[in-house]
Amino acid sequence: MSLFVTELRRLGKRRVTRLMLVLLVLGLATVATAFSFSSEKLSPVVVAEAEAKANNDYQSAMTDWKRNVAECEAAQARGEKTEERYGPNCGKDYQPQPDMFEAKWYLPYQFDFRAEFPMFIAVFAASVALFGFIVGASFVGAEWNTGGMMNLLLWRPKRLTVLGTKLAALLTTVFGLTVVLGALWTAAFWLIAGQRGSTAKMTAGVWQSIGLDGLRALGMTLLVAAVGFALASLGRHTAMALGAAVGIFAVSEIGIRIAVAVLGVQFGDRYVLSTYAQSWFLKQAELFDYDTCQFSQGACEPATYVVTWQQSAVVFGVALVGAVVAAFWTMRRRDIA
Amino acid sequence: MSAVLEIEGLRKTYRSRKRGVRHALDGFDMRVEAGQVHGFLGPNGSGKTTTLRTLLGLIKPNGGRMAILGQELPHALPAVAGQVGAIVESPQFFPHFSARDTLGLLAQAGELPKQRVDEVLELVGLRDRAGERVKTYSLGMKQRLAVASALLKNPKLLILDEPANGLDPGGIREMRGLMRELSEAGMTVVLSSHILGEIQLICDSVTIISLGRRVAFGPVDQVLAAHSQGAVRVRLEAVDDLPQAADALSRAGVGVTAEPDHLMLSGVDKPATVSRLLAEQGLYVSELTPVAVDLESVFLELTATAPVPGQHRQVDQSAKVDQTGTAGGWGA
Ligand SMILES: Nc1ncnc2c1ncn2[C@@H]1O[C@H](COP(=O)(O)OP(=O)(O)OP(=O)(O)O)[C@@H](O)[C@H]1O
Ligand SMILES: [Mg+2]
Repeated sequence: MSLFVTELRRLGKRRVTRLMLVLLVLGLATVATAFSFSSEKLSPVVVAEAEAKANNDYQSAMTDWKRNVAECEAAQARGEKTEERYGPNCGKDYQPQPDMFEAKWYLPYQFDFRAEFPMFIAVFAASVALFGFIVGASFVGAEWNTGGMMNLLLWRPKRLTVLGTKLAALLTTVFGLTVVLGALWTAAFWLIAGQRGSTAKMTAGVWQSIGLDGLRALGMTLLVAAVGFALASLGRHTAMALGAAVGIFAVSEIGIRIAVAVLGVQFGDRYVLSTYAQSWFLKQAELFDYDTCQFSQGACEPATYVVTWQQSAVVFGVALVGAVVAAFWTMRRRDIA
Repeated sequence: MSAVLEIEGLRKTYRSRKRGVRHALDGFDMRVEAGQVHGFLGPNGSGKTTTLRTLLGLIKPNGGRMAILGQELPHALPAVAGQVGAIVESPQFFPHFSARDTLGLLAQAGELPKQRVDEVLELVGLRDRAGERVKTYSLGMKQRLAVASALLKNPKLLILDEPANGLDPGGIREMRGLMRELSEAGMTVVLSSHILGEIQLICDSVTIISLGRRVAFGPVDQVLAAHSQGAVRVRLEAVDDLPQAADALSRAGVGVTAEPDHLMLSGVDKPATVSRLLAEQGLYVSELTPVAVDLESVFLELTATAPVPGQHRQVDQSAKVDQTGTAGGWGA
């Protein structure tokens, strides 16, 4: 227990942790603040304004149309050719319809908590995950390369316990941050929605679904932090984790994309990691194959392939277990120089 | 006396695909009695640090037996770790933490009271600078911090790998005093160092290692005696007779080194035999003195690392002893 508390303290004392925390909070605050300005509450006045504007445009379109028809008919009466200028039948078929001027197109953007907050959960989770990755990697990476790990092992010569305790301290910290910041994040957007947007239709079911989104986001931040930690411990250097992350990203998002395109693999994106991240947050990711479209037969109905969040859980779970087991295995086996 | 530290037949082999196999420790033996200050000597790359790392569980040995305070290692390491304070070859500390934070975190991990941190900081002379980041410390200050971290637990066995590295003369003398105090208080100290004058002053006993094997061990005066016994300086009345004397002595199996105006003999049991041998040749001895050697010359002789004019000795060029050669007594 004392070791766990020590490691929590050590993590909190680190400059990287403090700096990244400041950046994280500033970043999230900036997003929330900037977003609050882009949303505007649809008060009756605003709605009336939009309706008036729509009606106005409709009326002026009607006026234009009537004048054109009248001009055309006058020209026809003079025996002139009108086809080219006014279209067939003097354009009488193109009378403006009221549904071409719907009031909602004239409304300013209004944030809809129910429909749009899940996306902001993903933004939040991605930010905290990045924080967890960097802090987790440097927490153990710096220990390895400054000899701190060796010093600690002279005190607690149980390698797996020491590494495990460090990981536990990291995950506890990331967990606490995700919960606290997540609550603030939700409160902030609830406030934005209340003041400048809409909180309509927030049933218990919707809250439950948002809660589940939050849980998956929490899982993602913990997973990314643990993987960063494990990679840095494997390579015994912070840079190893960052390098591995860049490598995995390049291979998955660029290399595999090119490869499947060249090989003509159907639904090639199912081999790309970001598809699984997407489906993890949005419960599923749909892939389309537009090559199967038969445009001659009307609207296109492309073949689809669905990646579910359960599949994502398997993929990420395997990655997590692989990295962590490898890290502990080498911790047990390798000499500490 | 009971042994605080026992090592028997310890082996550590490094394998690399490119450079092949390196026996860093090749059947190494060591024994340190309770309450002693024990010097651990050897040329660069002879395996001192490897021995200490293995002992502390940082490296897995390929064979052999180790015990600390009567408990078998590495099995019992977690149990004895609280009684062993160690620094291994200029330890590094996290550069952005202060000395007080660094020691505070260690003390907390080891469940020690907070005031112990201030005690050891005082002891190593870092009290007034303890709040500064380790990054800003000089080499000797870092070394003092390292010693402080080893002392923190108030251990029964203190293992210091080159603690004097980077210390100023005052610091070295202070360290000497500290070692003596600690050992008087009942602490057993194992000290690896290249400053042999220092070792000779501080240590009760020594182990000398060369190429991963023990070449000599025992109380300092006995190791010295074992190697000064045979050393004798001989002067003759006539300098011209020196070559003849050298010839006669080496035929009798005595090691002879010719100097301009005298001979240095080694491996002489009784100086009287020398005078008898020379008298038989009609040579008259004007001086026959047993030479007191210091630890440095014994070390250089035992490890065969004395510099030879015109040659640049490479690391790993040192005495290699047979496994059986070290079995008994001190002095190979
Ligand atoms: N990780 C390693 N891989 C390969 N060889 C190693 C490794 N660590 C040490 N060695 C070798 O083991 C031998 C013993 O090294 P060690 O560090 O124990 O020497 P030392 O006695 O402490 O020397 P010094 O007086 O220079 O500190 C050396 O030949 C060294 O090159
Ligand atoms: Mg060394």
